[in-house]
Amino acid sequence: MTATVASGLADVARSDASLRAFLRGLPGVDQVGADQRAAMLGTRSIKTSAKEWAIDLAIRMVDLTTLEGADTPGKVRALCAKARRPDPEDPSCPPVAALCVYPAMVPVAFDSLKGTGIHLASVATAFPSGQAPLAVKLADTQAAVRDGADEIDMVINRGAFLSGRYLEVFEEIVAVEQSCGDAHLKVILETGELATYDNVRRASWLAMIAGADFIKTSTGKVQPAATPPVTLVMLEAVRDFHETTGLQVGVKAAGGIRTAKDAIKYLVLVNETVGEAWLHPDRFRFGASTLLNDLLMQRSKLATGRYAGPNYFTLD
Amino acid sequence: MAFEYAPAPESRAVVDIRGSYGLFIDGEFVDGSGGRFKTVNPATEEVLSEVVEASADDVDRAVAAARRAFDEVWGPMPGAERAKYLYRIARIVQERARELAVLETIDNGKPIRESRDVDLPLVAAHFFYYAGWADKLRYAGFGERPLGVAAQVIPWNFPLLMLAWKIAPALACGNTVVLKPAETTPLTALAFAEICQQADLPPGVVNIVTGAGETGRALVEHPGVDKIAFTGSTEVGKQIARSVAGTPKRVTLELGGKAANIVFDDAPIDQAVEGIVNGIFFNQGHVCCAGSRLLVQESVATEVLAALKRRMALLRVGDPLDKNTDVGAINSATQLDRIRRLSEIGEAEGAERWTAPCALPDRGFWFAPTLFTGVTQAHRIAREEIFGPVLSVLTFRTPAEAVEKANNTPYGLSAGVWTEKGSRILSVADKLRAGVVWANTFNKFDPASPFGGYKESGYGREGGRHGLEAYLAR
Repeated sequence: MTATVASGLADVARSDASLRAFLRGLPGVDQVGADQRAAMLGTRSIKTSAKEWAIDLAIRMVDLTTLEGADTPGKVRALCAKARRPDPEDPSCPPVAALCVYPAMVPVAFDSLKGTGIHLASVATAFPSGQAPLAVKLADTQAAVRDGADEIDMVINRGAFLSGRYLEVFEEIVAVEQSCGDAHLKVILETGELATYDNVRRASWLAMIAGADFIKTSTGKVQPAATPPVTLVMLEAVRDFHETTGLQVGVKAAGGIRTAKDAIKYLVLVNETVGEAWLHPDRFRFGASTLLNDLLMQRSKLATGRYAGPNYFTLD
Repeated sequence: MAFEYAPAPESRAVVDIRGSYGLFIDGEFVDGSGGRFKTVNPATEEVLSEVVEASADDVDRAVAAARRAFDEVWGPMPGAERAKYLYRIARIVQERARELAVLETIDNGKPIRESRDVDLPLVAAHFFYYAGWADKLRYAGFGERPLGVAAQVIPWNFPLLMLAWKIAPALACGNTVVLKPAETTPLTALAFAEICQQADLPPGVVNIVTGAGETGRALVEHPGVDKIAFTGSTEVGKQIARSVAGTPKRVTLELGGKAANIVFDDAPIDQAVEGIVNGIFFNQGHVCCAGSRLLVQESVATEVLAALKRRMALLRVGDPLDKNTDVGAINSATQLDRIRRLSEIGEAEGAERWTAPCALPDRGFWFAPTLFTGVTQAHRIAREEIFGPVLSVLTFRTPAEAVEKANNTPYGLSAGVWTEKGSRILSVADKLRAGVVWANTFNKFDPASPFGGYKESGYGREGGRHGLEAYLAR
């Protein structure tokens, strides 16, 4: 296909039949077993120094997100300020990984984030439904990159995937990837619409073979969004892909993660599935908006021994 | 940077262990006439308490108390009334679950995660389940008349859970019991005696006599008992079977096992690896139905073994009270010796040993999760029950070979089948000579599901409607 297609697996996508054979040949996922594994890891008790470390890491992994029709330049600028200094009263608090906005807001965010080292992510490809002609999706992507986004969160064509037209999905990802230029590509599987863990595993491999830098659970606009077992299945795919190709693909859990406690459970999943190489903002992200304030509240609780009221943390 | 989990110890403050305990006979704690022995925490070798080694006289008093209670109170009591006591016990177990879990972990060495999330919920569930049967025995199909006094001898691997498996159905059916907990793990049984007092259970319905082999023998051979229920080694089970031959005593035996966990090439590999780990490393492998023989199809053997080793390296071995511990302490020095000896024999017979890289504590009894490859059916580690965290890995080519190897053992307690193909599950399960066959899971228990063995794994069933049969007269 192209140079960006993962080496060693390039010929997998030479035809619809070969891609289908490969994806159908992946080992199945037993739903009960995957749920149990995720639940068991959810019982890990992360306390004191481990909790401090995990909360700071989780803050550094947040893609601070606003994806509303009502977004304004003012709100985006406010979020940029928050991304830089999440806790205005505590300079030791690290910045978040990225800001994530619609393409129309990219120019505003780009100006505010210039020189901060914080990444600027934009959803593209007719997010969240992906129901637009390919040319529109590519134009959407190109506009976001042109205006300064260095990370693109695209949605896959779920209709094509669910009807078994895997090559169509694949070629679309490759096309978007080529429109991204130097920007990193996160491929949103929208696992809530894929329905089975077998599909999640197949879609994960499909996206990785097509050149995704990250695979991402959800748009946040569909329920269920990220869940621990879905993330576990994706982390296993990433681990196995790394063993096959040597390439490290990141995972982004997005939607529905609202508390520090939940975020820490995801970090445990990462730790005990792919290991410490993925415990880095370049390899794991949280797509979230309300999560950050809970992380900040728990962080200050650990430092001071008491909870501050919600009014001590800025609302977006 | 590595994610180091800080220590997360469960508090010991919830348990109050007395310096010494008597025997629980006729509703009261009494001094026994036998000697005393110590029970230790296997994770630290710290002495926890002293308990009585019940003598033949003590056993006699306990059996007499049970007989009286059976004749005068419990036997004649309507099932609906007996059920109230069982429901009450179940609720008290739930209320005191945290305390009992910590006590179990301290006395047994199992991780608090398991005693908290597996043992205690199942203990309560068993009492609730059999409480429900107490007034519905006529619908179970085994008659409604209790047997009388049941002598029950239980092992150290799931002390309180095995107590529940024994006492709940016995009481539901109208029997009274004399129960002997294992010598290394008497404390939760004695805590259960307090629960019986708390529940106002009539005196003599439940009697607990602590002790070792001699106490067990005195109990089993006592002419005043009508029924023997034993869980433990096949060796002792055979002795019991011999000693009751020619007597009218009814017997159920739940003995050893050497279960095959069969992984076909179309298995869900990640979940199969979890199941293999759970099958053999759950409760340090101190599980009679442990999946101690992994039979993996040749075409996926390399892949499965690599994944298994990767997963085993993640097991957290250490302080059983730490909430993040996966594998705790070996229950006793004696058991540790046996595990070490058989593992050395495995090496000497030419199997290749691999041990998970993990630091073991200095004090206490510990054995790192271990697997052997290149094992054949002729190796002793593939035939004998090790009862520890040691897995023997064998391969097979065809389903017929898998079944043949799985059944080629004197035991027949449990087996596991891993495949995404439903028809294969049914066909293989049908051919396996094992009391429990798990499909795409392992070591799952439920009070509604009968459990028991074929061949030298014993006879009789515990749990479910079938579990009532052992405690009712036809």
